[in-house]
Amino acid sequence: MFDTPNREASVSQTDIKINARDVQVFYGDNHAIKDVSVDIEDKTVTAFIGPSGCGKSTFLRCLNRMNDTIDICRVEGTILLDGEDIYDKSVDPVQLRAKVGMVFQKPNPFPKSIYDNIAYGPRIHGLARNKAELDEIVEKSLRRGALWDEVKDRLHAPGTGLSGGQQQRLCIARAIATEPEVLLMDEPCSALDPIATAQVEELIDELKQNFSVVIVTHSMQQAARVSQKTAFFHLGNLVEYGETGQIFTKPNDPRTESYITGRIG
Amino acid sequence: MPLLWLILIVLGIAAAGYLLGRGRALASVGGDRRALHSLPSYYGANVALKAVVPAVLLLLVWLLAQPFYVNSVVSGLIPDSEIAEGSSRGLVLAEVRRTADGLDAAVAAGQMDEGFAGNAGADAAEVTQKLKDAGQIVTSQITAPILRAAQEYRVQNAAGRLWMAIAVIAVAVLGALWGLRETSAEFRARNVVETGIRALLIGAASIAILTTIGIVLSLVFNTVEFFRLYPASDFFTGLNWAPSFSGRGGASDLGVLPLLWGTFYISIVALAVAVPIGLFSAIYLSEYATPRVRAVAKPMLEILAGIPTIVYGLFALLTVGPLLMTVFGKEGLGWMQAGTAVMTAGLVMGIMLIPFVSSLSDDIINAVPQALRDGAYGLGATKSETIRQVVLPAALPGIVGAILLAASRAIGETMIVVLGAGAAARLSLNPFEAMTTVTAKIVSQLTGDADFASPEALVAFALGMTLFVITLGLNIFALYIVRKYREQYE
Ligand SMILES: Nc1ncnc2c1ncn2[C@@H]1O[C@H](COP(=O)(O)OP(=O)(O)OP(=O)(O)O)[C@@H](O)[C@H]1O
Ligand SMILES: [Mg+2]
Repeated sequence: MFDTPNREASVSQTDIKINARDVQVFYGDNHAIKDVSVDIEDKTVTAFIGPSGCGKSTFLRCLNRMNDTIDICRVEGTILLDGEDIYDKSVDPVQLRAKVGMVFQKPNPFPKSIYDNIAYGPRIHGLARNKAELDEIVEKSLRRGALWDEVKDRLHAPGTGLSGGQQQRLCIARAIATEPEVLLMDEPCSALDPIATAQVEELIDELKQNFSVVIVTHSMQQAARVSQKTAFFHLGNLVEYGETGQIFTKPNDPRTESYITGRIG
Repeated sequence: MPLLWLILIVLGIAAAGYLLGRGRALASVGGDRRALHSLPSYYGANVALKAVVPAVLLLLVWLLAQPFYVNSVVSGLIPDSEIAEGSSRGLVLAEVRRTADGLDAAVAAGQMDEGFAGNAGADAAEVTQKLKDAGQIVTSQITAPILRAAQEYRVQNAAGRLWMAIAVIAVAVLGALWGLRETSAEFRARNVVETGIRALLIGAASIAILTTIGIVLSLVFNTVEFFRLYPASDFFTGLNWAPSFSGRGGASDLGVLPLLWGTFYISIVALAVAVPIGLFSAIYLSEYATPRVRAVAKPMLEILAGIPTIVYGLFALLTVGPLLMTVFGKEGLGWMQAGTAVMTAGLVMGIMLIPFVSSLSDDIINAVPQALRDGAYGLGATKSETIRQVVLPAALPGIVGAILLAASRAIGETMIVVLGAGAAARLSLNPFEAMTTVTAKIVSQLTGDADFASPEALVAFALGMTLFVITLGLNIFALYIVRKYREQYE
């Protein structure tokens, strides 16, 4: 499944950040994810595409155990992060989520100031030794989130007072302020205009230097632009997973082809 | 004819009007309902409304006006000689009414025949005796003029009621005919019915508002009356509450401060109990409890809200008071003289308020969007961090509103205070002493044979007014905060 012919096998082994095997997810009786196995590489952008309701968000939420907060949700199978089972009893989901950050489909800024929104993660994880360091983290995160210029004069205004697109960039900045190793983004650009989208895509490209990024998107163009690997989900199944270029030019599965060309919607 | 029958007849006319109107509308277009402006039922409803509304209005007006008319007629029959020294025309009229009711009841029970009861020449003494035999309450010997007046009263009332029935039924029939006459294919029945329904709803709302205004006005007038008899400055700044009940000494001290202090002290103790427990249980129920626990625990907690406050009062008097006595009383720490104290009432009132605080807070915490919690969890926050730093700050304005509403309930509470806190008005800091509150004193000033024109009784209105202003202020403040909070997520 994992094919990077230009690298040696031993290197590629350590390059796998997340290794999911036979993952099943149930919402009560609803079998939402069926037998999904996927290897997500380090320092790569992986795109999840597929029609609405096929389970992209559900699978993404498995990767940092956000599904734990849904009572009726049950996850089976194994998911390894750096070789460690994240569903193991000894793993603290709180620590896991500090390593695997998440940006949600709908912007959800806290009803606090812009500054406090960004500083929230660094504060609870003790990333800054003093106020100056915290200020620096906030500024750097806002810059990377392409929001700094718009809000630098009103850092203490409420985050809920920003426009939808600004709120989404605030949430992205908030997620990268904690320096996660993996960043999960659920349709981060669905509320953004083309300029902000381009900025976020640039940010994703930059994040790839250090992190592994998983992005859910409904835009084929976006998936093609930002990702190196693409996974196509359909009705809870992982239909095809491979190099983005190959998925978009010569997919192996007829379902992938129909989706990309717009016949499954 | 009894009132119930009259109302049933009017409703019957309306029902018949409904069917006729509906039928007539359909008939006017040969059964093709598409040719009608409105649905057939609207034509029926239009007829029914026109039958009921004017008839019922007339009925109400008649019921209100008839006693005035009859009283003025009967009053003319009573010679001034009948009004004893120290009495008044009103008291004599009351006696007339009593006699008339007695005659009515005796006739209804078959102990007296109508001919005798209405006999203008009947002997007053004989009637008195017969009434007494029939077990009717008669104050003293009925005099001849009073008997005549009572008989006239019965005649007038019977006539009034008969004419009322005739008039109301006539109006109902005329209304129904009017509605039927209007019925034709082009008639916009739907619009008329909609307007009628709106008028009905406005009427209901204005009754509620007018009653409120009426209550407030009566409070205001009586308060003004009180301040004419007792200086307002003494009332608001007096440190002593000592009404004299004889009314002759005139040496009443009516300072409100000890009562206000008691009210606030007991409310603060109550809130100190209710707010932490209520809030924590709300957090547990909304954030930690499994659905199954929640399904059991929440209704159980809300049962507390259904217990009548007098039961809490008994609980304070018979359980909590003695319990506190064993710890803080003479055998224990020696701080407490008797079971009734600020602490007793405050604790029990706090228990009463727990479900109030918890169920309001629970609703408010649940209204915080799940997306905010997800956001915090997604950044690696623990459950308690999420609750403390994200959920509670978001819910805070609503929770403050809930607490203020609880406070205004605590301030208005009476039974627990009467039974749990004692009756002594006192300015003291010791929570183990008996104290009393504004509401409890309103009760004690008005029970017993109070003279309603004396400052000792009128002070109740001033106290009520003070309380009303305070709770109104608190409620407005609470609503303002709650409303502001609501806008946050919309
Ligand atoms: N909280 C939940 N409770 C119950 N069922 C859920 C829940 N969340 C998702 N599902 C179900 O799981 C399936 C997959 O949903 P999911 O949100 O993962 O789809 P998606 O691929 O992200 O869709 P979209 O592109 O519209 O966001 C759907 O059938 C949905 O009904
Ligand atoms: Mg989704």
